Amino acid sequence: MSRRVALEASHAVAEAARMADVDVISAYPITPQTHIPERLAEMVADGELRAAYIPVESEHSAMSTCLGAAAVGARTFTATAGPGLEYMHNVLYVASSMRLPVVMTVANRALSAPISIWGDHSDAMAVRDTGWIQVFCQNSQEAFDLTLWAFRVGEDRNVLFPVMVHLDGFTLSHVIEPMILPEQNEVDRFLPRFQYPFPLSPDRPMTHGALGPPDIYSEAKLAQEVALRKSRGVILQGWKEFGDIFGRYYHPVEEYRTEEAEALLLTMGSYTETAKIVIDERRDRGEAVGLISLRLWRPFPFEEVRRIAKGSKVLIVFDRCISFGMGGPVFSEVRSALYDEDARPKTVGFVGGLGGRDMSEEDFDYVISRGRQIAEKGSDKMIETVGIR
Amino acid sequence: MADKLTWKDMEVGNIITDAGNASFRRTGDWRTERPILDKEKCIKCALCWIYCPDAAIKPGDDGYYEADLYYCKGCGICARICPAEAITRVEEEEK
Repeated sequence: MSRRVALEASHAVAEAARMADVDVISAYPITPQTHIPERLAEMVADGELRAAYIPVESEHSAMSTCLGAAAVGARTFTATAGPGLEYMHNVLYVASSMRLPVVMTVANRALSAPISIWGDHSDAMAVRDTGWIQVFCQNSQEAFDLTLWAFRVGEDRNVLFPVMVHLDGFTLSHVIEPMILPEQNEVDRFLPRFQYPFPLSPDRPMTHGALGPPDIYSEAKLAQEVALRKSRGVILQGWKEFGDIFGRYYHPVEEYRTEEAEALLLTMGSYTETAKIVIDERRDRGEAVGLISLRLWRPFPFEEVRRIAKGSKVLIVFDRCISFGMGGPVFSEVRSALYDEDARPKTVGFVGGLGGRDMSEEDFDYVISRGRQIAEKGSDKMIETVGIR
Repeated sequence: MADKLTWKDMEVGNIITDAGNASFRRTGDWRTERPILDKEKCIKCALCWIYCPDAAIKPGDDGYYEADLYYCKGCGICARICPAEAITRVEEEEK
């Protein structure tokens, strides 16, 4: 029988890695990710998890260690946040390009300066092009579920990509919530043992990570792009299988009260749950508004975004990051995805919730009101913000 | 060989599954200067063979050591290390 428990989201992630029976963990502690590797180190020390816990001197080394472990066929896990994610940036490309299915939790944190240990999506957006499959969580249950799912999808013979599971620093990572922990045999049924098809071994020598001169590099990159786009099939299948076993079904884009919606609000991560309250209030007053949340960020869910946006008059995108000199990165991608559609909504972007700035119900209420106003009358501002003085 | 492959031919992660594949790579076309051995001066000490970073210098049946130009990158270490000054370097364009 599964159990209903109260767990901090970070500990829920550690529990998922334990139940996935990971072989190798290599991580460097950084706020607000710390509770994840700390808990795993405890599990290994206490004999609750038989795994190699490899301490390192930096995030660059943590990811490099994970590459080596994954290349011999070990089920490999790590976690980081903000500046730590940036410090391993170039190794992230190596992981995806070498098709090594490492699973990594990112407890999303702002980037310096000024120094901020608090949450936003600047770190996630800075690594959006690194070729990892990337998903966002809204609560502890999802943090647990998507970690298990990440192993299942990343290790699939037809995928073999690393997977990044984003969860908001503090507002999710440090929150204790009720959630359901499954039985080990259910997890085992969903997640069979990992068989990497090309493990490094003295018994079967081969070359991993060869040089790619100009006569072959472009072909390697196109093959990688096609493979990442094609992972979509297994991503959906993985969520279907997960739902069939655990009873919780996930989708590339989650919809909330979108039926017949004239205006849609788009959010990512844990603030989605705050925004839902505002949608409920407005729906109760008879306003046709709905909410969509990108769960899958890479590969980008073009199909779902286009289908859901169709029929609405305005789509308001909330970004927790500024792409300096451009605006909200999610906004520009969503708008670009809709540009060639015949029936597309007006799009409006807002930036807020930076460096741990709280987003209240009133803030989301303002975003919807102001967003609808801009859709009709336009805006002469360089960038639309919320909650910024 | 590589210029015939399309993206569809790439192995997952660009892995090369056959061991020993480096021997196919013609590094000799990087060379701008070629080592020339003067057998009159050569004392067959094999220092060039030991120092060659690419293992491009090989012993011949006659006991002399000469560079395999398929691999020799023309770095000149053999000419520098030769105690008998038996190896000189000439520009590839020269005869």
